[in-house]
Amino acid sequence: MVDAAIAVRSPRRRALRTPEARTRLILAIVLHVVIIAGALAMFFPFLWTLITSITPGANLTNTPALIPANPSLGAYGKLFADLPFAQVILNSLILATITTVAQLVTASTAAYAFSRLPFRGQNVVFGIYLATMMIPLQVLIVPLFVELKTFGLLDTYVGALLPTLATAFGIFLLRQAINQVPRELDEAATIDGAGHFRMFWQIILPNIRPALATLVVFSFMGSWNSFLWPLIVLRSPQLQTLPIALAGLQGQYISQWDVIMAGYVVSILPMLALYVFAQKYVIQGVASSGIK
Amino acid sequence: MTAQTALLDKAPQFKHSRPVRDSASRSRRIKYTLTVLAFLLPSAIPLTLFVLGPMVAAAWVSLNQWNLLGPLKFVGFGNYIRLLQDPQTGAVFLHTVYYIVGYLPLVYFGGLALALALNTALKGRSLLRGIYFLPVITSWIVVALVWRWLLSPSNGIVNTALAMVGIHGPGWWTDPAWSLPSIILASAWKDLGFVMVILLAGLQAIPTDVYDAAKVDGAGPWRRLISVTLPLLSPSTFFVIVISLVNGFQVFDQIYAMTGGGPNGSSESVVEQIYDFTFRYGRAGDASALSWMLFIVILAVTLIQIRGQKRWVTYG
Repeated sequence: MVDAAIAVRSPRRRALRTPEARTRLILAIVLHVVIIAGALAMFFPFLWTLITSITPGANLTNTPALIPANPSLGAYGKLFADLPFAQVILNSLILATITTVAQLVTASTAAYAFSRLPFRGQNVVFGIYLATMMIPLQVLIVPLFVELKTFGLLDTYVGALLPTLATAFGIFLLRQAINQVPRELDEAATIDGAGHFRMFWQIILPNIRPALATLVVFSFMGSWNSFLWPLIVLRSPQLQTLPIALAGLQGQYISQWDVIMAGYVVSILPMLALYVFAQKYVIQGVASSGIK
Repeated sequence: MTAQTALLDKAPQFKHSRPVRDSASRSRRIKYTLTVLAFLLPSAIPLTLFVLGPMVAAAWVSLNQWNLLGPLKFVGFGNYIRLLQDPQTGAVFLHTVYYIVGYLPLVYFGGLALALALNTALKGRSLLRGIYFLPVITSWIVVALVWRWLLSPSNGIVNTALAMVGIHGPGWWTDPAWSLPSIILASAWKDLGFVMVILLAGLQAIPTDVYDAAKVDGAGPWRRLISVTLPLLSPSTFFVIVISLVNGFQVFDQIYAMTGGGPNGSSESVVEQIYDFTFRYGRAGDASALSWMLFIVILAVTLIQIRGQKRWVTYG
């Protein structure tokens, strides 16, 4: 099978009339059709959300028309007029930004230690780190609540942030990336007299930029979408975050689906922008650092 | 070989370490220890205080009966024994494993195919990557609404399409036999972009000169995929599979949003049961005991994978 694949592929520069070239062309067309059809299927729910949000009086029993009769941005106006929506978005942005920066620091340093700094009991410690992912949040919530109550941190951003500063997910992600960086680079740097801090900063971090950009997206998203913990720890309305405000919308605007969906569109857009930005950074990062 | 040594990739320093008495080497060792601590403490402190601490607390709660309001009543392993004898426990674990077995191959092979396709010089690939990532960032509340509507038994798009080719579609999320397949479909659809992003980052990290060398050696595209791309991608693949299993065993959001565990408890997962114990029935002791049982299962599955990784994961 492998040999056949090579045989089909090797006469590359022959004219399109050869059967091999035709097969390749058909394969390329099939690939494009599948990818684009898949993309449409992926895009559909977002499109549906978007259309519902500009259809006044939309309800879910009818399928919204693909082109609404009288499209209106009224739902968005309502969202910002009736609710402290700008405040809520700002709150979520602040929490997500701090969480992301903190996780970049805690994950990259820990990942470096697990990949490049051998110490006794390293595997046990790494195992304990991984174990922190294996217990459902639903059961940690109650002890966590009691703990932060003792510290007097309920209803504060510090209380909301503390449990999100480090995650095994991020540490594991970056450890895998650092393990992929060739060790010859370390050796060359060591000969040049670089210590671990310089090695970390000048050799490792630039070489794992794709993974760092990926972590930025996921840590930001984790905070931006997190529901249960902020709901329990933040009581004051002025501290409220976006997912909780959105859940509140569903109670407040029962069956006013245009307003509810407008809220979801507003919640998706910043994440999408961040993702597109991060993807560009991934590709540029690799291009500029060249061959490793 | 123990799981621990399998995890340890390279440990050159300590292999040669033996008690050395001169003070220069001792101060070097102290300096090294301080370096390790400097790199580890920023993560170790928050993880210990805000995850491991609550985990230990939950272990204590699991040995008690507690309704979240009154005092704790110590019952030893009573909660565990009762849960192990309860057929419902077996059912929720079975549903969870069913979910994983259906979900993991779909999301992994789908995500891999997508990452490979979008790593080529396809026109408009940035846009396509963005579109495939949209479901990942969309809230489960919206996704569940849309999928319930797509899979609606009477007038959903899926059954309408099936009827056109003469197939009478199933009742999907309204039918106990089809509720988990419906959740698996929606979950794989939503998480495809997650796997794609992780694998794309791994693909981006593969140096292009390796491909050039393989091409010079006359390797065709299929050969390059099997002998170059997949081995070099294996650290990312390992990550995706470990994380997907850890998360799969804790499947909750989509079930809560799509079926609430129904119909007739046919899609009730372990964490859904834990959630019900805690927030619906006020049985914190049972919730904690079931969580620790789940923890032990996930830990065992993960350790098996860590042991097995030496056979197929290659690091630089």
